[in-house]
Amino acid sequence: MNIYLDLFLTFAKVGVCTFGGGYAMLPILQREVVEKKGWAADEELTDYFAIGQCTPGIIAVNTATFIGHKYKGLAGGILATLGVVFPSLVIITAIAAFLSNFAEFPVVQHALAGVNAAVVALIASSVLKLSKSTLKDAVCIGIFLVAVVLAFFVGLSPVLLIVAAGLVGYVVRMLWKLELGGSAK
Amino acid sequence: MILLQLFFEFFKTGLFAVGGGLATIPFLQDIGARTGWFTNGDLTTMIAVSESTPGPMGVNMATYVGFESAGLPGAAVATLGLIAPSVIVIVIIAGFLQKFRQSKAVDAVFYGLRPASTALIAVAGLNVALSVFQSTGSSTGGAVQLNIPAILIAAAIFVGLHLKPLKKLHPIAFIGVAAVIGVVFQL
Repeated sequence: MNIYLDLFLTFAKVGVCTFGGGYAMLPILQREVVEKKGWAADEELTDYFAIGQCTPGIIAVNTATFIGHKYKGLAGGILATLGVVFPSLVIITAIAAFLSNFAEFPVVQHALAGVNAAVVALIASSVLKLSKSTLKDAVCIGIFLVAVVLAFFVGLSPVLLIVAAGLVGYVVRMLWKLELGGSAK
Repeated sequence: MILLQLFFEFFKTGLFAVGGGLATIPFLQDIGARTGWFTNGDLTTMIAVSESTPGPMGVNMATYVGFESAGLPGAAVATLGLIAPSVIVIVIIAGFLQKFRQSKAVDAVFYGLRPASTALIAVAGLNVALSVFQSTGSSTGGAVQLNIPAILIAAAIFVGLHLKPLKKLHPIAFIGVAAVIGVVFQL
């Protein structure tokens, strides 16, 4: 198949399978992009999510652009992004035109309650998978734990957290010259 | 000219809304208030639909607002406006990263950044879990009650995701099964 068509269709599939915010996309990305296509590694996904958090735009779009660009340059970035938004365009337009009370149907609400429970399990499983490549030594685990506390209990802005963690990484690896068995390539 | 204006408004939203789809909502409220294209009540409906349909929520919102404002062309233009700043900014950053891939400094920064990114994803999952695993209704008198069926479904799917024959299934299969269970048991 044409590479660009493949990028568009793969990301359209990711778009269709995503329910909720950009994070709900992660399990689908791991399956389609990491395992099936090999276009990115698990730890690269965490890089893209980290950068996507701190840069303009919604995370799902930023991540799609990143992966498409890495694989096939500018055209790849654009096609992956168009792919990820294409299902929304079709589905939302159809609902807005014909079924604007869609979200009020009891059957939709019941199905969604089930879907949300599944999304929790999928994200938990994805985080476990990611942690195998991103939490390789004591410093990484320390950063992870502190970041969980700051984000969950203190409600610190993700942008500040990412910037601070990058600084910690720089200090640990460059200034203290610690050579740990980290995930760095 | 409404199309041009839609593109511009959503370009602004894409440029200044940092984070997930929820970050776009204040911008959308502002657009509605200034242009009169839709009311806050319309927006509530759009948020509900965007959360209950496939596709990243932020993209769904842009498509919906665009459609309500100017039909199908509006939907396309609003969505393109939303993604344009992302594409521009990310392509620049990605190019920069490719250039400095061998740099030890960039490598060190990512070493610290990856655990934090993993933590943010874990916390996002935790927040979804908190809202899904609690039943809040007027019947509970405001008290927090555990939504036992949702917890059981999530636990069963989590086990399935790590069990040998089942874990080969596509994630959407688990989502589909959970939706059917939700309908059958009237969750």
